[in-house]
Amino acid sequence: MTEKNINLAISSSPHAHSGASVRGIMLTVIIALTPALLWGFWLFGWPAVVLTATCVAACVGAEALSRRLMKRNLGIGDGSAVVTGILLAMCLPPSLPLFMAVIGAVVAIVLAKQVFGGLGYNPFNPALVGRVFLTISFPFAMIQWTAPGPPPADDTHAVTAATPLAAWETEWSGQDETAGFFEEFPLVDLFFGNQAGSFGEVSAFLLLLGGLFLIWRRCVHWQTPVFYLGTVTLIAIILYGIDSQRYLSPAYHLFSGGLMLGAWFMATDMVTSPVTSRGMMVFGAGCGVLTMVIRVWGGYPEGVSFAILLMNAAVPLINRYTRPRVFGTSKS
Amino acid sequence: MKTRIAPYRCAGGLHPVYHKSLTAGAAVTALPLPSIFAISLAQHLGAPARPLVKKNETVGRGQPLAEPAGFISAWIHAPTSGKIKAIDEQWTATGRRATVITLESDGEDRWADGYPLPPLPADADRKQQIDRVAAAGIAGMGGAGFPTHVKLSPPPGKTIDTLIINGAECEPYLTADHRVMIEDADRLRQGIDRIRRLLGTCAVRIAIEDNKPDAIKAMEQALQSLDGDVELIVLPSAYPQGAEKQLIYSVTGREVPSGGLPMDVGALVENVGTAIAVTDALDSGWPLTERVMTATGSALTQPANLRVRIGTLFETIIEHCGGARIPPVKVICGGPMMGTALPSIAAGVCKTTSGLLLMPADAVHLFESTPCIGCGRCVMYCPMRLMPCTLSEAGEAEDDELLEAFRVLDCIECGSCAYVCPAHRPMVQHMKNSKARIALMRRKRETSRQRES
Amino acid sequence: MLPLIVPLAIITSTAVIGLTGLGCGLLLAMAARFLAVREDERIEALTECLPGINCGACGLAGCRDYARAIIEDDMPVNLCKPGGDDTLKALCGYLGIVAQAGVREVALVFCGGHNGVAKRQATYNGIADCVAAERIGGDGKACPFGCMGLGSCARVCPVNAIEITAQRLAIVHPELCIGCGACVKTCPRSLIAMVPESRTIHILCRSKDRGPVVRKYCEVGCIGCNRCVKAVDKKGITMDGALAVVDYAVPIEDVSVAETCPQSTIVVRDGRRTEGAS
Repeated sequence: MTEKNINLAISSSPHAHSGASVRGIMLTVIIALTPALLWGFWLFGWPAVVLTATCVAACVGAEALSRRLMKRNLGIGDGSAVVTGILLAMCLPPSLPLFMAVIGAVVAIVLAKQVFGGLGYNPFNPALVGRVFLTISFPFAMIQWTAPGPPPADDTHAVTAATPLAAWETEWSGQDETAGFFEEFPLVDLFFGNQAGSFGEVSAFLLLLGGLFLIWRRCVHWQTPVFYLGTVTLIAIILYGIDSQRYLSPAYHLFSGGLMLGAWFMATDMVTSPVTSRGMMVFGAGCGVLTMVIRVWGGYPEGVSFAILLMNAAVPLINRYTRPRVFGTSKS
Repeated sequence: MKTRIAPYRCAGGLHPVYHKSLTAGAAVTALPLPSIFAISLAQHLGAPARPLVKKNETVGRGQPLAEPAGFISAWIHAPTSGKIKAIDEQWTATGRRATVITLESDGEDRWADGYPLPPLPADADRKQQIDRVAAAGIAGMGGAGFPTHVKLSPPPGKTIDTLIINGAECEPYLTADHRVMIEDADRLRQGIDRIRRLLGTCAVRIAIEDNKPDAIKAMEQALQSLDGDVELIVLPSAYPQGAEKQLIYSVTGREVPSGGLPMDVGALVENVGTAIAVTDALDSGWPLTERVMTATGSALTQPANLRVRIGTLFETIIEHCGGARIPPVKVICGGPMMGTALPSIAAGVCKTTSGLLLMPADAVHLFESTPCIGCGRCVMYCPMRLMPCTLSEAGEAEDDELLEAFRVLDCIECGSCAYVCPAHRPMVQHMKNSKARIALMRRKRETSRQRES
Repeated sequence: MLPLIVPLAIITSTAVIGLTGLGCGLLLAMAARFLAVREDERIEALTECLPGINCGACGLAGCRDYARAIIEDDMPVNLCKPGGDDTLKALCGYLGIVAQAGVREVALVFCGGHNGVAKRQATYNGIADCVAAERIGGDGKACPFGCMGLGSCARVCPVNAIEITAQRLAIVHPELCIGCGACVKTCPRSLIAMVPESRTIHILCRSKDRGPVVRKYCEVGCIGCNRCVKAVDKKGITMDGALAVVDYAVPIEDVSVAETCPQSTIVVRDGRRTEGAS
């Protein structure tokens, strides 16, 4: 080997790499979402499939278009737009008119992500911004929940049904007799996903499975989901202990609404969550408190999206104040 | 002598692919004496040495070629006998340019007059012994190259109660220290004993990672005859376990204060190779002119552990190892985590060169940096508990205030953050750049303050 | 009763908000009056005379600082390079003094070794910044003195007068250069210097290596052959070791000296126009 025939590469150390990549992480998230997604497809049929396809296509399209307009290199290869599309679809009612889904997707990608500079610079979770935008803009369409199961053959319109949280808040809370609620919404149905709701949020069990997969693949740190779910449980236990007629039991809080999807897939979004271990704990606990405040006392039956978005805003502050003690410095 | 598991666990702890099996079983062989040597005058930490010889001068083995130019600096000796061909600026194994003495061997390998020096017994005057260590040009052979005699003479008020011998060798690929502990255990014991006596009464801890069971066994045997407070500490295999501050913490539970030195917590860390160089200098009178290193990498035909003279060209080593099997894309002096990528293989081995690594295209990570996605992995793996993601962004923005507040100067450049980064950010380069800029600014501030007062 | 309550609620809320607003306004007014920092009005006027680009060429952080330094520290008024004659006139006019304008200088990159003529011994993979690259031993260019072309100078230039060519070489466009000197301070290899705009002969090399070494890595590097020095009889060009250097204090009339250079290191360039840029 002589010096002439080689052209070496030089760079700063380290010269080895774990092989982790943004695309790999996004792929893992998609794999983790797949069981819950397929369950949603099975439960709600073609509308859910079409909705997901629309959201993903709209997200990728919006990303490609906006990046081209902003003269940035086409960054859709990292797969983050696909993940946003899937997450957005999963937290929408399956019967939502498709044009609304497209609006949500465009808002999520362009307004919540690209105007801030693209992946890595967005302060808020894009999918949640899209969802909240739709919730506020189309309040009626966003609560048209389809009853689980295939649509009746004779009617093009699907049967609508209430979600457990909405039913509790509007009909059952504070009643003397609440057994009817628990008959209408057996816990086991909620856990395994035989309930009305956003089509990707219904199966707590499959989302939990996906979440554990993410932890096993080290794509998610355990602190955020554990503290999120833990705080929700704790507050629910206290309230339930105070007045079990007025407040829903902890298990119902855990397994209904968007909590599982939110805790495992939205609150753990890397860009919009803290980077320190203690920060993730604070973040998770904060999300839990806000979720319960909105669920129990707020105007909406569900508060996961608002809770996470509010905590997103606090992330820079949390990062700053939960800095680990540097090796060799005193504790102060 | 007893063996025990490391009592403390430092932060971070990466598990890179080690690739040590390439050479872990290969006995150390001596490289045949090459004909050309390139001896850099900046092989150690501190000021580059000042040349003492002129072009065309004939020198003998062990003859001083350059003298220290300051308190933190070191002597440099001729690795063999021959003629000085040139003294000029060249690219060196540090990836930078420095003054290099080119020596052409005459093939006789004849010692210079008066060399090797007379051995110094263990009961000789302490100062005389430390002077000998200095005169032998010994500098930390683990990689940093801090002149050893400086470490052995702590300033008044500082006492060293624990001597830690670093046999962790946590860098992937490298097996030189591993082989030395197996094959040269007796000389190593002598070296440890000499250093211990120089320090006065102190505890001795030999720290080895648990992925080297044969080295642990060999050292256990060799150290039986060493009396006093001697312990073999088995460390969990994790990168960067062998980094000085992390090692001291794992063994003693003491944290070297930010900006401080190991002696501030009463510890002294010496690499395995350095301990052997000390016994060579004191018991045999040899100046430091050779070391054991690992030539490895999947692009190299015949990976090996080699005993080489300082100044041996990397070209020669590659040739000796059968040349490149496939074209290397990166040639690294040292290990893959903290080593230097060389722009050319015409440089010579330094005192600190623990390995030569030839990486082919499939092992090289050529990256394109993308914005931080805030995954927090770097924060989790940083052994100094820094926030590399924040520091790297602040470095890009040249926000020196934030960099100092988040303690960029405490970074040990171990590379754990960049290793795990999914956005492939050149974290370590950001750190190096920021550290150098801040150090420069502090110096400027200092000089202007001095001028004012 | 009911119709009365509604207006009352409106009145109450209007009153509360109105009074709060009034209170805040009063507070602000008081703050503006009592916390105001008084400054010499001349500083304001001089700042108006300056170009306001805060380039730092005068040695101070910005135009306002320079204006303050003129008033408070008696700084000379001819330090503003971007402003040139117009600014000098304005400043002198306001202060009622006469001052001599400095020679207009522009930045020049002392390296002609683009990728076509200078060897790269390795490929660089890292931060696209000369300062960062230099700290890990350069960017793979074989010449350790040459322009790395990673654009640190171009990024600090306040008027975008520096172009990085496709062949990875920095070129200053003199007609755009305002002479602030920011690039001079930035270049980690000290390759950029300020030269009088009127000068035409330049030796574009800073390599201190000996001729045979230079030849190995660059076709347009100075090999220290001494021919140009002889041609001008040491007037205007001198040797610094193995490197010929133009002495900008001594004028060189005969531009034919460029032809004596076997490496084409010497260039004849109109200091007011860009040549050779893409």
